[in-house]
Formats: sequence, C-alpha cells, structure tokens
Amino acid sequence: MNAPREFFLMNNGMSVPWAEVPESPVDEFISATAAELDRGGRLCAWFGVPENSGTQLVAVIAFDSENTLAVGRSAPVAKSYPSLTLHHPQAHLFEREVWEQHGLTPEGHPWLKPVRRQDGGHPAVGKFFEVQGGEIHEVAVGPVHAGIIEPGHFRFQCNGEEVLHLEIALGYQHRGVEAALAGGPHRATMSQMETVAGDTTIGHATAYATILESLAGAEAPLRAQWLRAIALELERLANHTGDLGALANDVAFLPTSAACGKIRGDFLNLTALICGNRFGRGLIRPGGCKQDLDTKRAELLLAKLRVALAEADEAAGWLWDANSVRARFEFTGRLSAEQAADIGLVGVAARASGLVRDVRFDHPAGWHRFAPVPVAVWPDGDVLARARVRWLEMQRSGKFLDEQLAAPPDGDNFTAADQPAGDTLAVALVEGWRGEVCHVALTDAAGKFRRYKIVDASFHNWLGLELAMRNQAISDFPICNKSFNLSYCGVDL
Amino acid sequence: MFAHETILHRLQHGCQTMAFPDGPPPALPDRHGGALRVEAAKCAEGCSACVPVCPTQAITRPPGNPVALDLGKCIFCAACFEVCPTKAITQTSKHPMAVRRREDLLLGKPGEEELRLAAALDEKVKKLFGRSLRLRQVSAGGCNACEADVNVLGTIGWDLSRFGIQFVASPRHADGLLITGGISRNMELALKKTYAAVPSPKIVIAVGACAIAGGPFIGNPQILNGASSVVPVDLFIPGCPPHPLTILDGLLRLLGRLG
Repeated sequence: MNAPREFFLMNNGMSVPWAEVPESPVDEFISATAAELDRGGRLCAWFGVPENSGTQLVAVIAFDSENTLAVGRSAPVAKSYPSLTLHHPQAHLFEREVWEQHGLTPEGHPWLKPVRRQDGGHPAVGKFFEVQGGEIHEVAVGPVHAGIIEPGHFRFQCNGEEVLHLEIALGYQHRGVEAALAGGPHRATMSQMETVAGDTTIGHATAYATILESLAGAEAPLRAQWLRAIALELERLANHTGDLGALANDVAFLPTSAACGKIRGDFLNLTALICGNRFGRGLIRPGGCKQDLDTKRAELLLAKLRVALAEADEAAGWLWDANSVRARFEFTGRLSAEQAADIGLVGVAARASGLVRDVRFDHPAGWHRFAPVPVAVWPDGDVLARARVRWLEMQRSGKFLDEQLAAPPDGDNFTAADQPAGDTLAVALVEGWRGEVCHVALTDAAGKFRRYKIVDASFHNWLGLELAMRNQAISDFPICNKSFNLSYCGVDL
Repeated sequence: MFAHETILHRLQHGCQTMAFPDGPPPALPDRHGGALRVEAAKCAEGCSACVPVCPTQAITRPPGNPVALDLGKCIFCAACFEVCPTKAITQTSKHPMAVRRREDLLLGKPGEEELRLAAALDEKVKKLFGRSLRLRQVSAGGCNACEADVNVLGTIGWDLSRFGIQFVASPRHADGLLITGGISRNMELALKKTYAAVPSPKIVIAVGACAIAGGPFIGNPQILNGASSVVPVDLFIPGCPPHPLTILDGLLRLLGRLG
C-alpha cells in the first residue's frame, strides 16, 4: 500500500521514535484520518498527548487485510477540531474521551457526554436521550445489578415491550488506571495491567509485556511467547464456556448452563496448573513468563484439557439441538455487517456479524507468527451467531492447544528486558477472548511513560449492544447482553 | 431427543457436588501456595529486600523494627518470598484465610506469624443467619475476577445453596452485602444506598485484596482503598482473587458451620 504522508506504517508489536511519527496540521490530520477510515481502516486508538499549552491528537489505524498499522499525530490543538464521528461513528467514544481528558471539543459530535468523570459519589452520566410520546415509558437499570456482575447503568426507551432506544452509561468502575501509569512503569504497574479487566488478565498482561519488550528493542524468548499463546487460548476457552452457560441459563436451558458452569472452572484450573492463579496472574512479566510448563505438567494439562473439551462438546451439543433455545437465539439482537463495520466492532461480536477480524490472524505478533489461527466467522449477527462463533473458536482453541502442547520450543522462558527507549511510541494488539486489546505507550526522554493508552474490546463494542437492542423485546435484553458479555472495568479504567 | 439424552447424562454423572466440608477440601493448585507465614525473627539484620518488590506496599520494615506484612493488602504475587534470603516469609499451602478483624491479617510479630482465622458470628446473629443467609453482591471497582470466583460457588461443583446461602437481586431481600473492588469513588453513593436498603441486622463481607485495602490500585485517588471506608465490614477474605475454596471457607466459618 502507499503510505499516506500523514501516517507512519508499522506492524503489531513494533515501536517507532516519536520524532518519526508524522505531525500534520489538525484539519489535514482529521481529513487524512477520515480518508483512511473511508478506505477500510479501523480506529484502534485515538487519544491526546499534552504538548506545550495544547494537545496532540494521536490516531492508530489498523488495515486488517494489509496486516499493517498506521500511526499519525496532529499539531498541538487548544480548543476544538472537526468531529470524525458524524461520518465515522467508530470514533464516537474516543472523541468523548479526548474531550473529557483534554478539553478538546469535537465540533459537530452528535452526543458529547462524559465517559467516566466523577461527579460526587457517581459518574457524570449527563442527560439521557428521551423518546417522546404518550405511550413511551422509560426503564432504568443499575448501577447495581441483580446478579454477581459489575456495575453500569442502562436506560431503555420502550413502547410497550419493544425497546426503541437503549443508552448505556458507564464509568462506575473508574479506578484511575491510565492516570496511575504516568511516569511509570511503577512497581504496581504489572499487577494493575493484570487487573485492567480481570477476566482478560492474559490478554492485557501480554499486551503490556509486548510494549515494554518492544520499547527495550527486544523480544521475549520463544518459549515464553509459546506459553503466553497457550494461556491466551485457555483464557478464551474458560470465558467462552462461561458465556455459553450464561446464555443457556438466560433462556432457562439448565443442562448446558449447569454443565458449562463446571467446565468453565475446569479451564480456569488449567491456567492455575501453569501458574497457581486461575486467572493467570503472576505468569506474564516483561521479558518472558515467570513459570515454565515442563513436559510432565504439559502432559497433565493436555489430558485434563481433552476431558474438559469433550464435556464442552456434549454440553454445547444440547444447546444447538434444542428448538426452545434456537427459538430464543435466532433473529434476536441482530447487527448487520455494515453496522458492525461502521461502529468499529471487534472480536467475537464482529465475527458473528460476518466481519473477518482477528488480531491473531490479521496482525500476528509473538507466537502467532509461527502458529496461525483461522478466523471463525458467522454471518447472521444475532445471538445465535455470537454463540456459534464462540463454539467455533473453542474448537479451534482446543486444536491449537493440542498442537502446541505437543511441540514446545526449547530454551529459556525469561530474559530480563532492558530499560525502555526514550521518546518512543509502541503499539501492541492482542486478540483477547472478547476481541482486540490495544495498548499504546509513549515514553518521555528518560524512558518513562509520558502517555499510556489502553483500549479494551469493550470500548468499541458497547455501542453494538445498544444498537442490537433496537426494536427488540426488553425481555430479550439479558441474552443480548450475555451474547456480547462486555467488560465494565475494561472501559472505565 | 435432547431431553432424554440430557436427563440420561445427568443420571450417569450423578451428584457432582464436592464432599467438602463433610469430606476433605479439594486440593489447591500446587503452585498456588496458600496463605503466607512471616517470622520477623528470622529476618537478616538490616535486610529489607522484600519491601521494595511488593507492588501493593503490603510489607514494611521501619528502621529498628521487625518486618510486618499486611495480608489484606497482599495480592499473592510471590515477589517477597522469592527475594527473602532467610525464608522469613514462606507459603503455608493453607486455603483458609478469612478473618473478622482487619488487624488479624497483620503478620510478623511473635505469635502472629500467621493470620488469625475468623470466629463465627455471635449467637444471636448466627441464629438468624446460620441456616439461611441471603446476600446482595456489590462490585465497586472490582475487575470481574473476584466476581467470577464468587459466581463459581453457585455452580454444581460447589453448590453454595446447600448451605442456605444465596445471592439475591434486591438489597431489600438481603441479610447483608458481599463487596468486591476497591470502592471506586464513582460507586460510593450506590454502595451507601445499597447498604442502607438492607434491613438490620446486616453483615458485610469484603472479598479480595481490593475490597480489603484497594489491591493493585491502593493509593489511587479515584478509589477509597476498600469497603471499610464506607461500611462496617464483618469478614475479610484476602486474595487476588481468593480461590473459591477460600471464599467458601470464609462464609462457612462466619456462620459457624466449620468444625
């Protein structure tokens, strides 16, 4: 592809001196970004970097079919810039975030509201969109939910049972993750990365470790990359299994629900077999992995894995065979491929709307350069499709693990990484179980974090759930919600 | 046809619920390590190697004083005992970790090398809740790992409801709260309102390093460093996240249902 002069082209896991990231006047930068999005680029990250008295806007754009990332920045802006959102809705939440963090107004943004800013003992959720009419009623849910789940607020505009509009307000889980990273890495940084979204510990920890290794101009030993790839698929298996069980539970199909609850735990225990922690905490460190998977342990893991996969096969089979389940899943919460592309959907939800989008395949880094993973796609965009994609991926993850555990690379699994280079930008993408995890770091002259941006898959995908609920029965909200199963803390940071 | 198959399958599998607490507990993963033990007396003169490696500042050794480790702040990352030259900090492989008082998680002094396990609720409250405890769960800055491993207790392997413990959808139906997360300021109001909506007498259980002291985010201005900052806590269960066995042990200990 021809490199537009506003962007530097790079690959996943690479870094580039900040001075080599092209800087353009803001209007040119916005129109260049819009042009890249028009020709199929996808906005992975969009954030501000304070510079003198203004803010530089930074865009990280992915060209999935070209396996390339483009990075560019604007000259410092003080007050406002023309909004991308009107024509590129995938920028909507990014622009709100930049507005909240740096005070830059995206001129023409149709729904400019805070993302997570504190306002007393709750986030500043602002005004909700209201549908007018004598027969319209509003349903407010949360922040505290009925189950054992994270907090968020859902505001439905309904006509009878039908949802005309859903608006989701988050921010309740805001822990100050990005602010705490300034001047880092600090001694708590690795542990904070492991808990950005605790169900995606391996995804976020791998992205962070890749960033630090890239900034140090090094790679983790192959054996560590191999082990990270194994842990990533175990994380995917556990969460996908849990989701299939939760979906079954929400349509009162208890056999699969009960079985998956147990099998999910079996997968978590396989991660614990590697490192002692069911979520993989303490496994990944910049420079490699802290624990190793010796032959005997790998054999035990494989034997247990096969049992769990066979049980999952059986439990998923009941789900697909049951007409009562199909009747609830089919045609429910549909999102077309066009909608999905417009809003920049990623991960399971994107693939279930027919988009071929998977970091492991499109932007392979680490072990995935040597062990490619096919992309599991389903075209229908409904709850059933999102369930089917999960099951397809579970089967591929099982096969991947089977192959990889049989052929471990030799050597060490840890080499202490050097200090991060100064004035350098690094980008790392990882296909977490929900979808793309994107980390971008910019260092100062001393190699400390000047800016660290985290974009969890959920940041792109919450809008997908809102759109999927349009013209659906409100009673179908639970299965629509579970079919996305998005992270709250991963967005609230 | 699935109806017959699934029923048959369930019959073949039989009851999959573990024998614990009547039988032995399931084994912790061998690399888990369990609770920590700290013998300050074993510390080398002037050594404070463990202090700077702790990500959550759970370990202190002021000049002239013995080392002290706060297991409530600990996220069990293993960094401390890996650098300890004299094995003053060691793993115990023990899963029970729940305590009633915050100070019972401070380790190091002679006689206080290990945590002091929770006693049961007093007789009057135990009589009310001992065989039927309904909890409302509030996540306030949790990362979804503590939440997930509390959820696990509801699955067929653990079957929490056999002890009369259930999670309910309204604070009005609850006897207490189970709190996860370091209490984000953005959840402060919701947590206070939820607590106020639970009828008295009520209990509060803090699960995980965040809910006890802020966990990996301790000191961040956007969190309040644990549930105690907002509500009185009756049971602290350490871990990041605590193993489901540790959570179950804590609940049963509180209700006086462990030997």
